[in-house]
Amino acid sequence: MTKEAYGELMKQINSGKFVFTGELEPVKTTNFDEVIEGARILKNHVAAINITDNPTAFGYMNALMPSYMIQEKAGVEAVYQMTTRDRNRLALISDVLAAGALGIKNILALTGDHTTVGDTPQAKPVFDLDSATFVYMLRKIIDEGLDLNNNEIENPPKFNIGIAAAPNADPLEPELLKIQRKVELGVDFIQTQCVYSVEQAKNFLKAASYLKTPILIGIAPFKSISMMKWMVKFVPGIRVPEEIQETLHKAKKTGGKQAVYEANIEIFGEMLRGVRSTTNAAGIHAMAIGFEWIIPKIIERAGL
Amino acid sequence: MIIVQQKPLKEIFEMTKNLKKLLIVGCDGCSSVIQVGGERQANILKSLLEINRKVKGEKDPSAKAISILRQCDRQIVTTALDPIIKDYDAIVSLSCGVGVQTIADLFQSTLIIPAIDTKFLGMHDTKADKFHEMCTACGECILFETGGVCPLTRCAKSLLNGPCGGQANGRCEVGGWKNDCAWILIFNRLKERNRLDLFTKFRLPKDYRVSRHPRELSFKAENEEATEA
Ligand code: SF4
Ligand code: SF4
Repeated sequence: MTKEAYGELMKQINSGKFVFTGELEPVKTTNFDEVIEGARILKNHVAAINITDNPTAFGYMNALMPSYMIQEKAGVEAVYQMTTRDRNRLALISDVLAAGALGIKNILALTGDHTTVGDTPQAKPVFDLDSATFVYMLRKIIDEGLDLNNNEIENPPKFNIGIAAAPNADPLEPELLKIQRKVELGVDFIQTQCVYSVEQAKNFLKAASYLKTPILIGIAPFKSISMMKWMVKFVPGIRVPEEIQETLHKAKKTGGKQAVYEANIEIFGEMLRGVRSTTNAAGIHAMAIGFEWIIPKIIERAGL
Repeated sequence: MIIVQQKPLKEIFEMTKNLKKLLIVGCDGCSSVIQVGGERQANILKSLLEINRKVKGEKDPSAKAISILRQCDRQIVTTALDPIIKDYDAIVSLSCGVGVQTIADLFQSTLIIPAIDTKFLGMHDTKADKFHEMCTACGECILFETGGVCPLTRCAKSLLNGPCGGQANGRCEVGGWKNDCAWILIFNRLKERNRLDLFTKFRLPKDYRVSRHPRELSFKAENEEATEA
């Protein structure tokens, strides 16, 4: 089922090309330089770049402005991530309209991590909408030019809508049914959280194939051993195979930081090749916050 | 049941400092059932207050403790307190916020001091000896659709279309994956009943006007309307 493409990302997905998306995180700063620099590094390797919206409930620069800036200054399309955690439906439509005015082409509709896991746990969580009701609102805006109360929008914006998926969710069935709910409302693409083996990608893609929606598999190389250890220990649902852990540990011991990077390139390059050649994934969503330079190297290693 | 907890004694001592003629009023409703604010607790608080006041050298350290059937009932409160209230300078209430405000409303010239924090609408899990929040009185119950598990209250994000990506092995990301994910409970119950259609059903954005504060309700108006129609 081909969906109408409003931007480069969806055009490439529709063309059947294996696409890449990247991810950048505006932090607690008033400076755009880092995001723009990151976008420039990724530019020639990805169709679009996600700009995160207060990830894990940390209070950062809002995602809309950097989304606009990477399009303007680095010439690469943005996937504007929007969570329903911090804004009620009024604030959401304000930002959606502004995104339309600024030429944003893609919105990733998310519920968002709970306020209590972030850096301002005292905050009042909003969750007026959830990711499904937000998709519903976006569809009305895009397809009918109407807000939730059927008020007309002048010059309604067009976006391709993405959603997230948890490929390692256990149990998986409720996760799939939840995605199905949103797919039935009308979403254009899915980006998954990270997988750590071709097998994990394959299993999810197989289970989700009935949804007939392009799926970009998430990968996230490890910036450091301590980051990997932390994730393995504290983030349930992230399953890093023993071999990967061992290889990275060994690399650290023998060659330090540089060797860890190289091992990452090897491991994830190989994984990428596997996903590309043995699954029907629409592409890869690569997350390497703070060391974006590694993504082009991984893609190169994969020989894609 | 309304789940309540006694405030720290230090706070109660502070609020009652230098007040003469204290009446401590327990509530035989929810507060008493969960053994926080009934007659027994009113008497214990009375003794503690008296000891503290004596130690502090207050002029009139003595207090009186009583308990009444339900502090949230205007009729009951009036009958119990009207004849005696003039003998006291302040009332220390061991009921939920509804009871405290009922007394405050009825006896506006008397100081009323809450000795209780009102926590939530919940259930007592006697096995684990824990109280769990079950309902936030949202005004429009959807328990039929959700297998008897309230997502508005028991899902940390109050999602109408869960679960979120934060669940792992049926546990919720909030609190570090210790508590049940409400949406996995809902899924399991509906699956057991062969009603996954209710799970997959898309629920529209909630109309929060039904839960907008302050709410009021009159059956009288509804009955009149019904007779007219
Ligand atoms: S849906 Fe939940 S909050 Fe609303 S009335 Fe029912 S149990 Fe209470
Ligand atoms: S993990 Fe489950 S209970 Fe917790 S916020 Fe997500 S859906 Fe709600």
